[in-house]
This record gives sequence, C-alpha cells and structure tokens, in this order.
Amino acid sequence: MLQASGLTKYFGGKRAVGPVSFQIDQGRTVGFLGLNGVGKTTLLRMIACDLRPSAGSLVVRGIDGVRDPHGLRRLVGFLPQYPPLYEDMTVGDYLRFAGRIRGMDAPSVERRIPEVEDLTHLRHMHNEIVRHLSHGYRQRVGVAQAVVHDPDLLILDEPTHGLDPAQIVEMRTLIRGLTEHHTVLISSHNLPEISETCDHLFVLDAGEIIASGTEQELSGRLLQSRYVEVSVLPGRDAVAAAGAGGTASDASAASVTGLLSNVPGVKQVSSAGRDDGALAFVIETADDRRADICKALVEAGYGVVRLEQSRRKLENVFLELVQGSEGASDRDHIPS
Amino acid sequence: MRAIGIIFRRELAAYLTSPMGFVVAAVVLLIDGLLFYGQALGPAAGERLSAEVLARFFYNTSGLVAIAAVAVSIRLLAEERQLDTLTLLNTSPIRDREIVLGKFLSAFAFLSGITLLSFYMPLLILVNGKISLGHVWVGYVGLFLLGGAVLAIGVFASALTRHQLLAAALGSAFTGIMFLFWPLSLVIDPPLSRVMAALAIHGRHFSGFQIGVLQLRDVVYYLAVTYFFLLMATKTLEAKRWE
Repeated sequence: MLQASGLTKYFGGKRAVGPVSFQIDQGRTVGFLGLNGVGKTTLLRMIACDLRPSAGSLVVRGIDGVRDPHGLRRLVGFLPQYPPLYEDMTVGDYLRFAGRIRGMDAPSVERRIPEVEDLTHLRHMHNEIVRHLSHGYRQRVGVAQAVVHDPDLLILDEPTHGLDPAQIVEMRTLIRGLTEHHTVLISSHNLPEISETCDHLFVLDAGEIIASGTEQELSGRLLQSRYVEVSVLPGRDAVAAAGAGGTASDASAASVTGLLSNVPGVKQVSSAGRDDGALAFVIETADDRRADICKALVEAGYGVVRLEQSRRKLENVFLELVQGSEGASDRDHIPS
Repeated sequence: MRAIGIIFRRELAAYLTSPMGFVVAAVVLLIDGLLFYGQALGPAAGERLSAEVLARFFYNTSGLVAIAAVAVSIRLLAEERQLDTLTLLNTSPIRDREIVLGKFLSAFAFLSGITLLSFYMPLLILVNGKISLGHVWVGYVGLFLLGGAVLAIGVFASALTRHQLLAAALGSAFTGIMFLFWPLSLVIDPPLSRVMAALAIHGRHFSGFQIGVLQLRDVVYYLAVTYFFLLMATKTLEAKRWE
C-alpha cells in the first residue's frame, strides 16, 4: 500500500526527518509515536504531499508521490493538527468545497456529504457557520473534510489535540470506525491514544524511526518482564486480623503480597497504595499471568475490582527511548 | 480550469459575505464621489470641457482602484497561511497556478464590480455635457488593466508572508515604487529615465486611457506586469513547499 524509502526532509541546513524507510500494508492502522518536535508532523506532511521531500521516494499504490504528487493527493485525506477550516462557510458548504477541490463531481459530492455527516455526527450542524462551532465539532469537521472523497489513505496528525476527555473518547470511537474503511496513519505523543487505535507503531526520535512493531512486540522487546496492575477489596482474613489488634489494610496487603508471590511465574509484588478504597498492587511476571493471578485472588475470597496489563512501565521505556537515555537500564524499578 | 472555477466561487463568496469587502467598496466610492463632486459639480469646480472632467475622473479613480486592489488582494494567500487553510489546497490535486489564478480572478471580479459602481459619474457628465462613449469605454478598460496589474502585485506580496499586515506593507511598497518610476523618470537623465518611464505603472502607460486613446503598447504593458507577478506568486507558492 505505502512504501517509503530513504525519505528525508531538510529545512535549510537542518535535517528534520530521515532518512526513514518503512512499508505499510492496506487496511492497517499505524501510529507514529514520539515527543513533540521529533518530526512526526513533517513526516506526515510529506506523505500527504503537503511538503516535498528533500530526498527519498514515497510510493502509494504504485503512484510515486515525488514524481506525481497530484496522483497521490487523490488517494490521501489529511487532517493536520489544526484543521484547515474556512470560518466563514457553513459545514455543508465547506464539505462541498473540500470534495470538489479533491476532484469529485457535483452529484458525487451531494451524495457523499450526508454519509460523511452521519459518520462524523455532524448532520444537525449542516447549516452552522464553522466559526460558531466548538472545538470538538471543529475537529469532527476536520475529519469529515479528510474523508469526504473516500480516500484510500487517511492521515490524522494529533487528532485529539486540544480536546477534553469526553471529546477524546468520541474521537477515538470515530477513528475506530474509520479504520474499517481506510488505511489510517495517526501521529501522537500519547501512547495510550495510539495503542488503543493502532495495530502497528513507529517510534520516532530526532526524525528517525528508532523502533517499530505492535505494542506487544515493542513491550516484549523493550521490557524483560510484563507488569500487571491489580486492585482488590480486603478479604476475610483482614477482618480477623483487625479483631486481633492489627489494621485491616495492613493485614490484607501483607496477605495479598504473600498470596500473589506464590502464583507461578510471578517475580515480584509491590504495593501501590490505595486505588479508590481498594488495595493496589503492581505485579512483575515473566509472561502473561493475568488469569492465574485473578484465579488465586478470587479463590482466596478477595474482590478483584481492577486487573490490567500495566502501560505505565511501557510508557516510561518509550520516553527513555525517545529521550536518548541509556534505554531501559532501570527497568527493574516499577513506577508506582 | 475546473479547480480555478471552484476557488473563484469560494473566494468571491468570501468577499461578498465579509464586511471587509464592503468597507473597501464603500470607502473607495465615497472618496471617488467626493473628488468628482469637488472637481466637476462643486462650487470650486470652475468651467472645464467635459472631456477634461472625464479625464480627471479617470485619473482620480485610477489611484483609488490601485489602493483598493492592494486592500482586497493582501488576504488572498497570507490569510490562508495564517489560518492554516492553505493545507487543504496544498493537499488537494490542484496546481499552484490554479490556486493563484482562482484567487486572482475572484479578486479581479470583485474589484471590477467596485470600479463599475463608479459608472454613474461619467453618466452625470453625459447628462450635463458632451463626451464620447469610446472615451468612457477606453477609460474603464484602463482602470481594469491597472487594477489587474496592482492585484497581481498584491497577490505576489500575499504569497510572500503569512502576516496580512506585512503583506499589505509589501504590496503597497511594490506598487508605490512602480508608481514613483514615472515622476522619477521626469527628473533623471536618460537612458535610465527611459527605462523608468517604460516600467512605470502609471503616467505614460495610463495617460492614454485617461484621454480615451487605446494603445496596444499600454495594454501589453499591463498584461505583462499582471502575468509577471502572478508567475512570481505561483513560483513563491511552489518554493514554499521546499522550505
């Protein structure tokens, strides 16, 4: 679907991106992860043919983006970090303009606009002036203009930028819907955002791809261990301990630590304090032991209120990776 | 051509729905009307031949058309860059020259509308005196050509920067320099004076239109200036993609 070879961009004498080479298959949802200023936006703008590469080649479905940028632009929909909205137009007129300028004929645009407005939940905003829309709606209009011509390749640069938590959830749902019909590239500096929507990640630093793979592959490669976060309600033994003069939480924490340490494959159990009234623990395991941990806790009479693979450790490793530190040298120190 | 038409319609609608376009039109027509009143109808007007009054009208209007052309052109590309909307055009399958031409033509149509609204003034001369319709027609052709040339300069200035104020300053400076070529050519020695007179956007090239004389030389000059600055604007847009 997309093949980049030695793609490089210089701004003056300063190298912003590259050389980077990668390949993306049809129908994949790919995330570009990196801190601000590492070249994510520049890379995506080159793929969208907004910027010309200084060197290298970019081929999408057999069309060379350097030699035939117009051909490639027909295949691409692009949502920049700041949506390119004409404030004086209505949503409907803006989408009509975006479709027409992307090469659609008038009847096709008229058929497509209601579909796109339904997809992005904008139907009731059809006659609203863009200037009067909230940030969340403006972002949706930005997505709508990117998909109005039904592109093969959809590029979203920081699609949740500036959105509140509720709008972020809505945007993620919208993006998941889009991944069913398009090959999607998403950039972000936020690992949870990318890992929830993407099936493949590229980690960028200083304009270069320093790691790639699925989140599981990357965590397996970067971390020697897996980490599970679990929160439990005090069990029967805690009540007995409290009656004998101790505190319920101390007794439970000690007994849970002892219980989990005996589960096969568990390397270390650390208390992580309180989690909304429950006792929280971080458990280091050699492999995926979530089922065993859950079973041991339930059989011992503890109420399990949360049990999930920890992302915090992986996020820290990504940060260390992109900040050019000594890799995951302190990977044995579990963040609380 | 299709992309030019789409951009033309969008930009023309933007002029017609924004207060800026109407403010420019109102100010230009007000000043033009006051000047016309002072020179043709007012108590200080004195006795003049109708053709002379018409020539003075075209002289005044040409300066106002030039100012209006700079005013309506500065937003064309600088605003797109300032609001990040140029990305939509840059990632669409259209050429830079289509972007520039679509925007130029919309501004030209709007400016022509403003210019034509001044047509009541030659009609007033016709009511009270005797003028040739050919003189009126040639004068307006001159105004359109001059307006187009200054618009092209403004589009080029607008392509250079994302700041509209800076674009306005650059457009005014380029236009002002090309206006100044004519008075300068009258006070310096040849051969430089001949070069300056040939390049001057007003003076020698507009004086024919002013008195109703259509010369191919002047038409070609204005079309060449328009083409040159539109080409420069297109090349500037292209170059910015490499930055």
